[in-house]
Amino acid sequence: MLKDITLGQYFPGNSPVHRLDPRTKLILLVVYIVALFSAGNWVSYGVVFAFLAISIAVSQIPLKSILHGMKPLVFILIFTGILNIFFTAGETVLVSFWGISITLEGIIRAFFMVLRILMLITGTFLLTYTTSPISLTDGLESLLGPLKKLHLPVHELAMMMCIAMRFIPTLIEETDKIMSAQKARGADFESGSLLDRVKALVPILVPLFISAFRRADELATAMECRCYQGGDGRTKMKLLRYKLLDFKGFGVGVVLLAAVFVLGSFGL
Amino acid sequence: MAPILQVENLNHIYSAGTPFEHAALTDVSFQVERGEFIGVIGHTGSGKSTLMQHLNGLLKPISGKILLDGQDIWENKTATRQSRFRVGLVFQYPEYQLFEETVYKDIAFGPKNMKLDAQEIDRRVREAAELVGITAQQLEVSPFDLSGGQKRRVAIAGVIAMEPEVLILDEPTAGLDPEGREEILANINAYRQAKKATVMMVSHSMTDVARLTDRLLVMNGSRLVMDGTPAQVFARAEELLEMGLDIPQITQVFLRLQQMGLPVEQVYTVEQVVAQIKKLTGGSCYA
Ligand SMILES: Nc1ncnc2c1ncn2[C@@H]1O[C@H](COP(=O)(O)OP(=O)(O)O)[C@@H](O)[C@H]1O
Ligand SMILES: [Mg+2]
Repeated sequence: MLKDITLGQYFPGNSPVHRLDPRTKLILLVVYIVALFSAGNWVSYGVVFAFLAISIAVSQIPLKSILHGMKPLVFILIFTGILNIFFTAGETVLVSFWGISITLEGIIRAFFMVLRILMLITGTFLLTYTTSPISLTDGLESLLGPLKKLHLPVHELAMMMCIAMRFIPTLIEETDKIMSAQKARGADFESGSLLDRVKALVPILVPLFISAFRRADELATAMECRCYQGGDGRTKMKLLRYKLLDFKGFGVGVVLLAAVFVLGSFGL
Repeated sequence: MAPILQVENLNHIYSAGTPFEHAALTDVSFQVERGEFIGVIGHTGSGKSTLMQHLNGLLKPISGKILLDGQDIWENKTATRQSRFRVGLVFQYPEYQLFEETVYKDIAFGPKNMKLDAQEIDRRVREAAELVGITAQQLEVSPFDLSGGQKRRVAIAGVIAMEPEVLILDEPTAGLDPEGREEILANINAYRQAKKATVMMVSHSMTDVARLTDRLLVMNGSRLVMDGTPAQVFARAEELLEMGLDIPQITQVFLRLQQMGLPVEQVYTVEQVVAQIKKLTGGSCYA
C-alpha cells in the first residue's frame, strides 16, 4: 500500500514529452498553471483540459498510474468540494436545511475548484513522471542560474532537491520494511483510539529517522570521497541545449496562453 | 497430528496490474512437520523473503493457502493475528528495527502486544535475553550503545520472547564476523531445544545449512525446485551449481575426488568426511 505512492516517481520512456528539455517542461508547467488559474469558464477550462489530455496521451503514461497517484489526495478533494458546496452564497437555492442552503452556484464552484486541484496535480505529476530527478534538478538549476548573481546558493539548493527526490522511493521502501518487521512483533497500526495509533508510530519513526541519518552520513562521506565541493568550477556531463522539439513545445505553450486570455476577454 | 504448517499452491505477484508487475512466488507447496529444522536456500531474488513473509500473514497470497495447525491463517482476523504470534519472523538485518530506550523494553515489545500480564512479560524477556546471551546489566542500556552482533541478538530475542512455535529467520548471519555468526547459530539452536520449536532459516551459507538442518528447500526463479534432506539436495550438485548456488566446500572437494576416479561417496558434513577418509585409508585419518 505504501508502495502505491507514486509521488516523485519517474517512469522511463522515450515519448516526445520525455525528450523535451527539462527547462522547457518546467516553463510549460508554469504556463499551464497560469492558464489554469486564468481560466474562468467552461470553454477556457476545456482548452486547458485538452492541453493536459493531449500531453498525457503523447507521454504514453498509462492513465491508471496517474489516477493511482491521486489516491492520497482523495480526502483533500472531497473536503474542498464539500466546503465549497456549503459555503458559497448564491441565488438559485436548491435545498436548504438547518439554516444551510445548497445553491447551484455552490455546486458549480465546488466542481471547478475540485477540477482545478485535480488538473494542477495531474500536470505536476506528468512533469515528475516524464523527467528523471537528475535532469529535473539540472533544469531547475539552469533556470534559476541568474539568481546566483544575488549570491543565492542555487546549485546547493538544486543538489538538495535532487537528493531528496532520489531518496523518496528508498525511504518508502524502508518504511514498508520497518512496518512489516514491527507487525511481525504484533504491532497494530489499524485499530485502537487516535492516541493509540499515534503511539503506534513510534516503533516506525525511530528506526526510520536513525536510518535516514545514517544514510545521510554515508552519502556525505561518499560525496566527499569523490571531491564534491559545491557548484564552483563544476562542469556538466550532459549540457542542456534547446532543440527543435523544445521550440515546438514553446509554440504550443504560447498558443495555450493566448487562447485562454482571448477567450477570457470574450467572457468565456 | 497435522503438520504445523501446510503451504498449498501459493502464488504472489508484486505490484500486480502495473508496469512493474513481478511474479515473486509461483505455485509453491510444501509442509513443515513439528520440530523440524528447515533450511531455505536460493539465489538472491528467488523469492525466499517473500515466501517467509507469507508464513505469518504479513503478505497475502494472490492465490493459494497457508494452514497453521490445520487452520487457514486468512480465515478471519483472529486467525491472522494469532499467526503473527505463533510464527515468529526475524527479518533480514533485524537490528534496524530496534527503537526503545532500553534493551529490556525493546525485547518486551512483542510480548506486550500479545497483552500478557507484567509478570509473564518479565519472565519472557529475561528468558529470551539469557537464550541469546544478553546479560542482566545489558538489559538496562540503550540498544543503540551495543555492538552490531549484540544488536542483532537483541532483535532476535525480541521475537523469541513471543515464544513462537515456529521461528523463521531470514539470513540471520548476514554481515556478521565468523564469531558473531557462530553465536547467532548457537542461540537459534538453544531456543529450538528449550522450546521444542520448529525452525526455518534462510541462509546463503551451504556449510551452515548442511551441518544444522534436517531438510532443505531450494528456491529458484520464484519456484520451489527442490525439497529434501541435505543429502538428497547436495546429491544434485550439478543442478545447484547451474542455479548459481554453492555447495559446501567439502562436498566440492569430494565431487572432484570422485571425478578423478577415487572410490568416495558424496559428503556434506565433517563427520562424513572423516568416515570416508577412514574407509579409504583403512581406519586411520593420517595415512
Ligand atoms: N516490496 C516489493 N515490491 C516489488 N517487488 C519486490 C518487493 N520485494 C521483493 N520484490 C521482488 O520480488 C523478487 C523476490 O524477492 P525476495 O523475496 O526478496 O527474494 P530473496 O529473499 O530470495 O532475495 C525479487 O525479484 C524482488 O525484486
Ligand atoms: Mg531476501
